[in-house]
Amino acid sequence: MTVLRSGERVSAGVAEVLSATPAPPSRSRRMSRRRAATAATPYLFLAPGLVLFAVTVLYPTLQAFQMSFFDWKIVGSATSEFLGLDNYARAFTDDHFWLALSNSGIYMVLTVAPQIVIGLGLALLIQKKSPTQPLFRVLFYLPVVTSWVVVSFLFKFLFSDGGLINFALGDLLHVTNGDTAWLADRWTGLIAICALGVWKGIGWSMMIFLAALQGVPQALIEAANMDGANRWQRFKVVTVPAIWPAILFVTVMLVIGGFNVFISVYLMTGGGPAGRTDVLLTYMYEQAFNNLDFGYGSAIAVILTIMVFMLSVVQMKVFRDRNGGGAQ
Amino acid sequence: MRKRNAAAGNALRIVVLSILAIIMVIPFLYMLSTSFKEQTFVFTNPPQFIPDPATTANYEQAIESSDFVRYFLNSLVVAVIATGLSLLVSSMMAYAFARFQFRFKEILFRVLLLGLMIPAIMLIIPQFILAKNLNLLDSLLGLILFYVAGSLALNTFLLRGFFESIPAELDQAMQVDGANAWLRYWKLALPLAKPGLATATIFTFLACWDEFTIALTLTNSPENRTLPIAIQLFAGQGNNAVQWGLVFAASMIAVVPVIIVFLVFQRYFVQGLTSGAVKG
Repeated sequence: MTVLRSGERVSAGVAEVLSATPAPPSRSRRMSRRRAATAATPYLFLAPGLVLFAVTVLYPTLQAFQMSFFDWKIVGSATSEFLGLDNYARAFTDDHFWLALSNSGIYMVLTVAPQIVIGLGLALLIQKKSPTQPLFRVLFYLPVVTSWVVVSFLFKFLFSDGGLINFALGDLLHVTNGDTAWLADRWTGLIAICALGVWKGIGWSMMIFLAALQGVPQALIEAANMDGANRWQRFKVVTVPAIWPAILFVTVMLVIGGFNVFISVYLMTGGGPAGRTDVLLTYMYEQAFNNLDFGYGSAIAVILTIMVFMLSVVQMKVFRDRNGGGAQ
Repeated sequence: MRKRNAAAGNALRIVVLSILAIIMVIPFLYMLSTSFKEQTFVFTNPPQFIPDPATTANYEQAIESSDFVRYFLNSLVVAVIATGLSLLVSSMMAYAFARFQFRFKEILFRVLLLGLMIPAIMLIIPQFILAKNLNLLDSLLGLILFYVAGSLALNTFLLRGFFESIPAELDQAMQVDGANAWLRYWKLALPLAKPGLATATIFTFLACWDEFTIALTLTNSPENRTLPIAIQLFAGQGNNAVQWGLVFAASMIAVVPVIIVFLVFQRYFVQGLTSGAVKG
């Protein structure tokens, strides 16, 4: 229950950050007089969507919680045994769970920061309207729209033994022997997976930052110029505070996305070798759909969800406090 | 002096951007080139960027060897129907949220937004069971249902913003003329929210076209496969070496529509991102 409540707080927070929902328009008197007659109307508009949402999203959410307390049997006749917190206790004493969790954490750390820094850097570089701007925008955004399945195989190929990465690092730059078995080891495997994450994601953060940069008040920049501020000072004092909501938004989204990494790991290494590159979701998926241990899989999914919610709340708090101090 | 500095800075900027852009694009070009290579020329040292000899055999094999056309059509059918349904249902919700006052309005909206926060994959296990209970396992209909469900929250959120930017006076004028709510939604709000609908259409279509995890979990038989699953199967077919040329030929066929849609509707992509988020 507490989980759900913190979830609501997060969604409220994100809603604020997104801030794309202006206040509802003021109601005219004429409309309010007619309202009694048409009180059911809004609910009729809502009904199809809300019913579908309740059946396919809300109910499964609750069921995921419920299943995590059971040894859930998928076969029709078998009864599921209530286990209480056993699945959770099992997770916390399961070495492989901790390995998968730390891999998820590593992925998050290694992908979020570069996407923000490089994304913002790119946005600043192409911000100026010029004939080349649309071209660069398209080129950097291209990986974002390309399917995860396709780019996962593409990077598996690039990082394969005789692949382009080994050629570039070995024969071209001479920094390695050019025979690294990237996907056959935990750390190099994670690096390859993270490389894909960054490459695919920087176009997205760049676009958000580009949009935010358009909102930086020109007057403030000119005022800072008059005061003799240099480029870095202008960036720090004017630009960063002005785009702070965007930085918050991007960070929260990327952290959530980082913990949700699945397809690239599943397709690039399959969690291998021997599960060393497993992240939480590949481990969950294997427990549920290979070992048919749906209860344990659900417990892992719930733990992940709780962590994502808590992390988002913490981030929102931290960023907001710092914003309050920085803007004044 | 200052002008010359600015020009030099500008040139430097373009050079840096060009180098970065080349790094970004090389993987795509290499994929394209590999899709035209025979298997023995896939891994050569130094690597070939221009395939020599070039062959279209991979494309022929991809299209002929299995039910590729069927997978393509499956993806298309699922994505088109799911997008259409999602837009209808979520625009109706968005209209209610934008134009009416009613009890539980903000609570309902927040519950819906919760859908944005719940990691989609957390739901994969219960959704699998739900699909099983509804007899929707291994069917395109099941995919459509879950794709529509998965896009509701975001589309409603996006479209609410667009509907609210339409002046309420227009609504009232139509109301005076005796138009009921449905008519106002259908004849007034929807046509005026075209840019928003275009944005939602593109994002939803591409998300459904590319979706992998639900399709992997819910479908099984060849006649219900979608393109992403087909590509995965191509990669897993050979026990020894992956036939990269074949995988990338199939990938290119799957990606081309995406890139065309992206290039044509680029404007809407940007609009979708910016209206979804962050204005200073």
